[in-house]
Amino acid sequence: MFEAFDATLLARMQFAFTVSFHIIFPAFSIGLASYLAVLEGLWLWKKQTVYLELFDFWKTIFALAFGMGVVSGIVMSYQFGTNWSVFSDRVGPIIGPLMGYEVLSAFFLEAGFLGIMLFGRNRVGPGLHFFATLMVAVGTLISATWILAANSWMQTPQGFAMNEAGQFVPADWWAVIFNPSFPYRLVHMVLAAYLTTALVVGAVGALHLLRRTAPLRAGTMFSMAMWMLTIVAPIQILAGDQHGLNTLEHQPAKVMAMEGHYQSHPNGAPLILFGLPNHADQRIDYAVEIPRLSSLILRHSLDAPLAGLDTVPRELQPPVPIVFWSFRIMVCLGFAMLGLGLWSLYCRWKSQLYANEWLHRAAVVMGPAGFVAVLAGWVTTEVGRQPYTVYGHLLTADSVSPIAAAAVGSSLVSFIIVYFLVFGAGTFYILRLMSRLPRDPSGDLDEGPIRTAGITPGQQTAILHEGGHHGR
Amino acid sequence: MAVDLAFLWAAIIAFAVLAYVILDGFDLGVGILFPLFPEKRHRDVMMNSVAPIWDGNETWLVLGGGGLMAVFPLAYATILPALYAPIIAMLLGLIFRGVAFEYRWRTKRAEELWNWAFAGGSAVVALAQGIMLGALVQGIPVENRAYAGGWWDWLTPFSIATGLAVLIGYALLGATWLVMKTTGDLREKARTLSSIAAIATLVAMGVVSLWTPFLEPLYLARWFSWPTAIFSVIVPLLVLGCFLLLAIGLRDQHDSQPFLAALGLFVLGYAGIGISFYPYIVPTSLTIWDAAAPQESLAFLLFGALILVPVILVYTGYAYWVFRGKVDPHEGYH
Repeated sequence: MFEAFDATLLARMQFAFTVSFHIIFPAFSIGLASYLAVLEGLWLWKKQTVYLELFDFWKTIFALAFGMGVVSGIVMSYQFGTNWSVFSDRVGPIIGPLMGYEVLSAFFLEAGFLGIMLFGRNRVGPGLHFFATLMVAVGTLISATWILAANSWMQTPQGFAMNEAGQFVPADWWAVIFNPSFPYRLVHMVLAAYLTTALVVGAVGALHLLRRTAPLRAGTMFSMAMWMLTIVAPIQILAGDQHGLNTLEHQPAKVMAMEGHYQSHPNGAPLILFGLPNHADQRIDYAVEIPRLSSLILRHSLDAPLAGLDTVPRELQPPVPIVFWSFRIMVCLGFAMLGLGLWSLYCRWKSQLYANEWLHRAAVVMGPAGFVAVLAGWVTTEVGRQPYTVYGHLLTADSVSPIAAAAVGSSLVSFIIVYFLVFGAGTFYILRLMSRLPRDPSGDLDEGPIRTAGITPGQQTAILHEGGHHGR
Repeated sequence: MAVDLAFLWAAIIAFAVLAYVILDGFDLGVGILFPLFPEKRHRDVMMNSVAPIWDGNETWLVLGGGGLMAVFPLAYATILPALYAPIIAMLLGLIFRGVAFEYRWRTKRAEELWNWAFAGGSAVVALAQGIMLGALVQGIPVENRAYAGGWWDWLTPFSIATGLAVLIGYALLGATWLVMKTTGDLREKARTLSSIAAIATLVAMGVVSLWTPFLEPLYLARWFSWPTAIFSVIVPLLVLGCFLLLAIGLRDQHDSQPFLAALGLFVLGYAGIGISFYPYIVPTSLTIWDAAAPQESLAFLLFGALILVPVILVYTGYAYWVFRGKVDPHEGYH
């Protein structure tokens, strides 16, 4: 069944598939953990019940997302060995300790305090409970730091030597961890996680503002999310620009692919807005371009020369069409986020933040944008690293396990089936929880969940769950 | 060499794997026993007894995998391809049972589906881990720093036997955990199941122990030649002692003694395996020194492990302490 494929391609497909699913959950839970800490902190400080209610609402959603992140993450920690054993043997001495530190300093911290955060409020008191929430939030950030150090080292490796067995041996750990692209990637990813969460929280708030179910709760979270978006989206665009300049310095071929520059431009390169990459003929068809703008962005000069992929041997070029498109998707979504943030600021200034239904509709539509942007960004940086796993030093083709295509292929099919089934169900449950924001305690006259009970099984379940929330 | 870092790391990895086996062992065991408790009120309590801690328990598995890659990369790079199919099965099982902790409370209509995901996933994980253990013990061929066997080599009568043994053993851990954490008719039933599982575990340990020495001349020499043959007397005696404590604990209605005695059985079984194949990490192809990462890697992570592992043990212990005592059936999660 899998004879037509080679094991390397199947292993790459498996990695891409499982890591893409996995990254969705941390991207959301990093931001949500921080948001929960803020909500609980505000509750302890201001004693306004709306913060506690929002905390409980998002806590249940966090538990689901975090659980999916854990189980999809375990898959990643074993896949290096099953499918990429040569990589593991040769790069393990460097990547391994970084991931070891991630487990020791972050995973245990998150897991140890998650139980207390989810189940322990009545057992430990408010102060310690807040501490547990903080530890979970800090844990997610520490985890991001280590894994991005590992990933960045693969992009911009330094501080190593080679031994006789062909292994990468650490020579200077400081240089390994603080490799050139690490600070940029860390900032870019953490901000992306915060934006992703802000968009989701904002969409849920906007949805319930439109439905008028719980104006106080919905309005509070909507306002918080829009502040986050307004402040972070411009910073993120700046951080992305800096990250791009760093990539130009250390991985020029990746930037050439992102820009679609097949040809070198000695006197100022154009910015290609759109076009159809024609990798076979090494050109962009139907390109819509602005002259010299690329040189201005990347070199801060209108006539600065920019080398193109014609300087890179064909077999060492990344797959341009994928990188070209994923980069544009990410950038477009980034500017859409900026637009939503600025629009919300304008509405806030006009005292229309809670009333402008078009803003709310736009926020609902933009709810998943963060996830798409994160995936597009990761595709850009990871596919742009090809054909290497360790940039410039170890080819992807030389990293794979000596394993039969049939084994990789059948495990890939099982992962696809199970992931869509299991994470599809989880996403459905999360969306259902999001659509069931409990009503504000005092307010609308038509409030009265007891009276509506029994009309449909769905509503009854919702009320049962809500009853459970108060018991915690 | 002043300090043998590879040996130190072998001890730490061995500790992490043991911590994983006994900790996740009992919460997997609770899942394995799920089908024997058809009543929803029992299942709710069973799940709540492990819900706050299962995630921490499973983190030891990540440490086992990640740590192995960091400090014994060659072992990681040869064992995992050799055990390809059971590892994939384990990962898929872990997904199903892991999400069931949350999903089960999020739906009425599909609750039964996630009950089966929890039970089936837990059983598959236990079987797969047992098969992996058996496949490791029976040996993994390595040539030129790569796994040199076929992709069905892990499947033998011996590995099936170890798979069943681990399944039974985890069920015992789960049953004695429930004796400790629950009350009433649930506890009574767990007590009965503990007795059955204890006898089955003893039989399984006996079968595997008698089988192992005949797989490999090295193991035979270990158990039947001086001075290591002394363990052939000590280990079985300690096993019988633990079994006795377990039986008495169950008879006299002790809460924690049966669970602790069951843990003792696992520690002894684990030690027995270690005695068989030390200093090999991939029997009988690679010793811990063959597979060890360069000194710089070992030292760098050791620094962190020596500080962080004790801290982890403290707050993990604290989390267990917060949720100590019997599970209150009315203090539900959702």
